[in-house]
Amino acid sequence: MTDMPAPSEKKLGLVIDLDICVGCQACVVNCKEWNTAGYGAPLSDVNAYGDNPSGSWLNRVHTFEAGKGAEARVVHFPKSCLHCEDAPCVPVCPTGASYKRAEDGIVLVNEDWCIGCGLCAWSCPYGAREMDPAEGVMKKCTLCVDRIYNDTLDEEDQIPACVRTCPTSARHFGDLGDPNSDVSKLVAERGGFDLMPEQNTKPVNKYLPPRPRRQAADDDTSVDLVALAKTDEPSGFWSWLDKTLDRL
Amino acid sequence: MRPAFSLIVFTTLSGLGFGLAAILGLGLIMAPTPQWWVIYNGVALALIGAGVLSSTLHLGHPERAWRAMTQWRSSWLSREGVLAALTTIILLGFAAEGYAEGHGNLKIGIAVALLSLATIWSTAMIYASLKTVARWHHPLTPFVFVGYAISGGLVLAAALDALANGGISLLAQPALMGLISTAIVTMIWTKQAGAEGSGSTPESATGLGNLGEVRMLMPPHSEENWLQHEMGFVVARKHAAKLRLFSVTLAIILPAVMVYSAAASSAMLVLAAITHVIGVMVSRWLFFAEAKHTVMLYYGARH
Ligand code: SF4
Ligand code: SF4
Ligand code: SF4
Repeated sequence: MTDMPAPSEKKLGLVIDLDICVGCQACVVNCKEWNTAGYGAPLSDVNAYGDNPSGSWLNRVHTFEAGKGAEARVVHFPKSCLHCEDAPCVPVCPTGASYKRAEDGIVLVNEDWCIGCGLCAWSCPYGAREMDPAEGVMKKCTLCVDRIYNDTLDEEDQIPACVRTCPTSARHFGDLGDPNSDVSKLVAERGGFDLMPEQNTKPVNKYLPPRPRRQAADDDTSVDLVALAKTDEPSGFWSWLDKTLDRL
Repeated sequence: MRPAFSLIVFTTLSGLGFGLAAILGLGLIMAPTPQWWVIYNGVALALIGAGVLSSTLHLGHPERAWRAMTQWRSSWLSREGVLAALTTIILLGFAAEGYAEGHGNLKIGIAVALLSLATIWSTAMIYASLKTVARWHHPLTPFVFVGYAISGGLVLAAALDALANGGISLLAQPALMGLISTAIVTMIWTKQAGAEGSGSTPESATGLGNLGEVRMLMPPHSEENWLQHEMGFVVARKHAAKLRLFSVTLAIILPAVMVYSAAASSAMLVLAAITHVIGVMVSRWLFFAEAKHTVMLYYGARH
């Protein structure tokens, strides 16, 4: 049923640190690698080796530039489903395929019921759902539900693939419903925030802001790189040699 | 939003079919013979059928479409499916029951009319309920859909009436009124809907607003993805203005002139119905093409 369950106590989700993500795309690749062989149909590609490749992905890394001039920052921005508490993508589903789990708040699609109408993707403000081009069903981040509860994996692997693979530990996984969990503490400490709070979706996933610069880049303290790069004109003997060699 | 042909055909034809069904249900046109009664109802059912068929073309798994009837408690799309099926079944009963006399039972007819209205309303609410698309998320959106369906139904009913009963239709006047009211509602909707944007910006979408203006530096992948294909459609302003003129001329002005001037000519009324349908399709194309989705804020859109 696409009726929303009562808010769960356990709210599993991700915390993504925009300060340290280097935009390497490792999480994007490992997400596809795990999920193309795991939950539901494979994540297909169209024209993968042609000049216009496309395909379904559950996680994509965008890159933005924020601010102007010396204060401008380049911010790499990974985005996957935020497992919203008031997920608008669930009640719009006509088939009951799209649902939110009562026990841990994970938002999933039952691919055997999905008719591929695409309405849930229209209702998600964040672009976290993509239609699979080969399978005709809706794909989205599963929070690696087939890893996090999977006792056959080593304990350190019982976390989402994207979190496991991130070389800079920019992605954290945990229970955001528990104020004492590591992720909740991290969010409190670093001032974690919601994406598009005005859409009232109450995302579970949080983002950590880039840290302020250690030193203000005002005119007195900044270094003039152009001046540093300038070399002095040769003079004396070297100038004579330079000119003589030119003339030869 | 991408103007998918299947959805344009679906909303236009099924809207018109249910509009005609409502008018038949209310007994506003009389069939001189049982054959004409079959044609009247047949036209409504064919339009509804063609619309629904077209809508299933939009699906990744049309063979599971029946599942869409199950979530009527929460989903407007599901409600639309349930109401469309129910209305069609009752319309079939209404048509069969009235075959001999050339008009149907009024009580069943009123049910057909109310259910038809509810179906058109739910179709519109699929779009109007989406907060992510400011252009659609407007209280007048369902009235625009109902307006086109009813006025189109009236023009079509007038044409059928004139064909069946020899030239004159008393429905010409109501059809004219319907067209004018629809034009007024559409004008207000066009001006107001989405004018204030979705309330979201690249700054709120990324949460980086405190650093200043946020611009896209690199998209996540080198080529267009499904999200951009589906929701990133943009139409040039000057094209939109031209198409709007086309749509108003074809859907409203020409049919209105023809309906008004040609009380005597059935051919003219048929022509009015045809130009109206083409005009509504153009307006539906714009309905999609001009709608912006918040997801594009992550792909370089400003609002
Ligand atoms: S991010 Fe989008 S797909 Fe995920 S729960 Fe929220 S609304 Fe649904
Ligand atoms: S695409 Fe599938 S999951 Fe999404 S709303 Fe349609 S049926 Fe539900
Ligand atoms: S949690 Fe799993 S499915 Fe979701 S983005 Fe990470 S790797 Fe992909």
